[in-house]
Amino acid sequence: MISLAGRDIQHAWGKFVFTGVGLGLLIGVTLTMAGVYRGMVDDAKALLDNSGADLWVVQQGTLGPYAESSSLYDDAYRGILGMPGVTRAANVTYLTMQVRHGGEDVRAMVVGVVTGRPGEPGQPGYLVSGRRITRGHYEAVADIAAGFKLGDQIQIRRNLYTVVGLTRRMVSSSGDPMVFIPIKDAQEAQFLKDNDAIVQQRRRAAANPLFNRPGVPGLLDAIIASQSTNPYVNAVLVQIKPSLSPEEAAEPIRRWKRLQVYTREQMEGILVGKLIATSAKQIGMFLVILAIVSAAIIAFIIFTLTLGKIREIAVLKLIGTRNRTIAWMILQQALALGMIGFVVGKIAATIWAPFFPKYVLLVPQDAVGGFFILMVICVLASLLAIRAALRVDPAEAIGG
Amino acid sequence: MMLLSMNRRTLAVLTVLVPLAALFVYVALRSGPLTPIPVTVTRVETLSITPALFGIGTIEARYTYKIGPTVAGRVKRVNVQVGDRVRAGQLLGEMDPVDFDDRIASLGAALKRAEAAALSVKAQVLEALARKTYADAQARRYEQLLQTRLVSEEMAGARKQERDTADAGVAAARAGLDAANQASASLRADRDGMITQRANLRLIAPVDGLVTARSADPGTTMVAGQPVVEMVDPTSLWINARFDQLGVSGLSAGLPVRIVLRSLKGRELDGRVFRVEPLADAVTEETLAKVVFEALPEPLPPIGELAEVTVALPALPAEMIVPNASLQRVDGHMGVWLIQDNTLHFAPVKVGATDLDGQAQILEGIKSGDRVVIYSRRALTARSRIKVVARLEGVSP
Repeated sequence: MISLAGRDIQHAWGKFVFTGVGLGLLIGVTLTMAGVYRGMVDDAKALLDNSGADLWVVQQGTLGPYAESSSLYDDAYRGILGMPGVTRAANVTYLTMQVRHGGEDVRAMVVGVVTGRPGEPGQPGYLVSGRRITRGHYEAVADIAAGFKLGDQIQIRRNLYTVVGLTRRMVSSSGDPMVFIPIKDAQEAQFLKDNDAIVQQRRRAAANPLFNRPGVPGLLDAIIASQSTNPYVNAVLVQIKPSLSPEEAAEPIRRWKRLQVYTREQMEGILVGKLIATSAKQIGMFLVILAIVSAAIIAFIIFTLTLGKIREIAVLKLIGTRNRTIAWMILQQALALGMIGFVVGKIAATIWAPFFPKYVLLVPQDAVGGFFILMVICVLASLLAIRAALRVDPAEAIGG
Repeated sequence: MMLLSMNRRTLAVLTVLVPLAALFVYVALRSGPLTPIPVTVTRVETLSITPALFGIGTIEARYTYKIGPTVAGRVKRVNVQVGDRVRAGQLLGEMDPVDFDDRIASLGAALKRAEAAALSVKAQVLEALARKTYADAQARRYEQLLQTRLVSEEMAGARKQERDTADAGVAAARAGLDAANQASASLRADRDGMITQRANLRLIAPVDGLVTARSADPGTTMVAGQPVVEMVDPTSLWINARFDQLGVSGLSAGLPVRIVLRSLKGRELDGRVFRVEPLADAVTEETLAKVVFEALPEPLPPIGELAEVTVALPALPAEMIVPNASLQRVDGHMGVWLIQDNTLHFAPVKVGATDLDGQAQILEGIKSGDRVVIYSRRALTARSRIKVVARLEGVSP
């Protein structure tokens, strides 16, 4: 038994393969788009995983610290440590800013972490190079995506930090690489104005007769000193005893400390549902349109491939080939085209995914789902082509 | 011929399809969850580490002198400028005395008048004494005459009364002299006090030192206690250093310190811990210590400059050492990932001292020679498939 489809493909081999590759690139784009969406959600989840927290304690009535700004007194953690079920609590600050490195700016999320021991909440869980922060000041651990190397000097506000460690996949919800620095420095960086602003602030305070009274020496100094302190952090990350459910531990803090507490599920809801919701929907919408367009193009390609062979099909009919055989041939070709397209698409997406500036996560489930959808589209498209082929008049083979 | 051509075509199809399929399988395995995680490993060693403490601080002067008037007044003149070196006892400036000199002159005149008055009272005393001597003699004579009955008793009594009156006159004159002396002493004390107060308006350097601030110029009105000139003892510069309380154990006076000034990046100065402050900062959760220079740098660093201090603690006895990058917290336990028979095990450990270069002592949980994971491309779990590599992708050596 000679495979009609196989023979036909062999006959127009180059054309078939190029069509398949072209189709594959289109499928690759669609898979990548799905990967962009997955990457976006994964960035948000990575942010939560990396913090190593079970609970996020933030300012009352805010959705902080990622979706909204939040500030707490930096000694609030002491009270939280005393709450039932809490095993560890650590201050943390987040600030997205420009980090200067060798005359260039890198946009990064600067995270202020407590640097006492490894494994405190907020610290990066694993490194790919270097070591953890050991000094209480002026050391940094950076995500490898920031492009820093070990030993580099980076500048945050007016202070220089030495990069002592590198980590990976530590990104903010918008995909900016994280730079971890000791919390005291981060508090300063968050608050510190540029020098001109500080000088002007001092001058203003000195010009205010309320603050600079002749009979009260030292008042102005006290006022200026009180203006240049920052006893705030953005959140307190809390780890709890495994025996307790997060909600059980969160409720007493909410009730007695008068602070907002989010559990991991709630935080994920805030990040995915609020922070990246619009851009995710945007990507999702684009993905849907791309899928529809891809389906249409596949259908057209198969249809035109069949129409291009209409004379040969007429000959087949003329020599008495059964309709079933012809239909099977067209269906086989469509499926083969789909398979080549899928393979090429998957390979292409995997190859170019790492070159995207933001994380592209190709999930195998997406690929499998995409494969089946593609097969269904191929079958549907071939139905149109089969209908056209079966309606052809055998006389066309000899007519014209 | 037909067979050959078909074979050639089949071959052409296969040359495209087979590599494509192979690539696909490779890609699917490499990018999926089945991919082994590249990790780097190290062996646990037994070494001695030298822990150190890192802190920052500002340069401060141990002794600061704020020199100003003790009463409100106006600055008359200021003799020194910021940066001047001054000697102990040097006149730095003076407050306006206003009417001080006039009041001293007035008190001087009053004192002289009181002294003249005292002299006159003294003469009165002499006069009273003379009168008493005469009255005494008279009284004695009349007593003898009374015994010989030459005078009447009444006349003798009168002389006796005169003598008593003269006695009282002497006592009164002496008391008057005393009062006059006291009055002049009081005026003298007043005048001396005024002169001392006048001297107090002069601003005098208490020690040899360096002028750091000149807060007022001539004509400025100052309240009592407001400094006109501030000076420090430049030989007493030290660093007020702050250490995070999380890792401050072992800090004590006398330990050697390496100091890096912000302005002299790259140059290390020697110092030592002078004292650890008994009062820690409860708000910033830092322990405070004073660090002194072994030799003061020349030129003197500005007071208030930022300095980084690294305190070297004594070397510890040899213990098992792992890089701190290998320590991870899993399910609330601190530990390391061990590789045994090419599979991962999480070993909870007890961490001892650490040093600033990222080495951590392990007190228990593993044994020397164990292979532990340092770096990994992704977070590890007990079920992770791993591939040991020399260096992770994308990381320069």
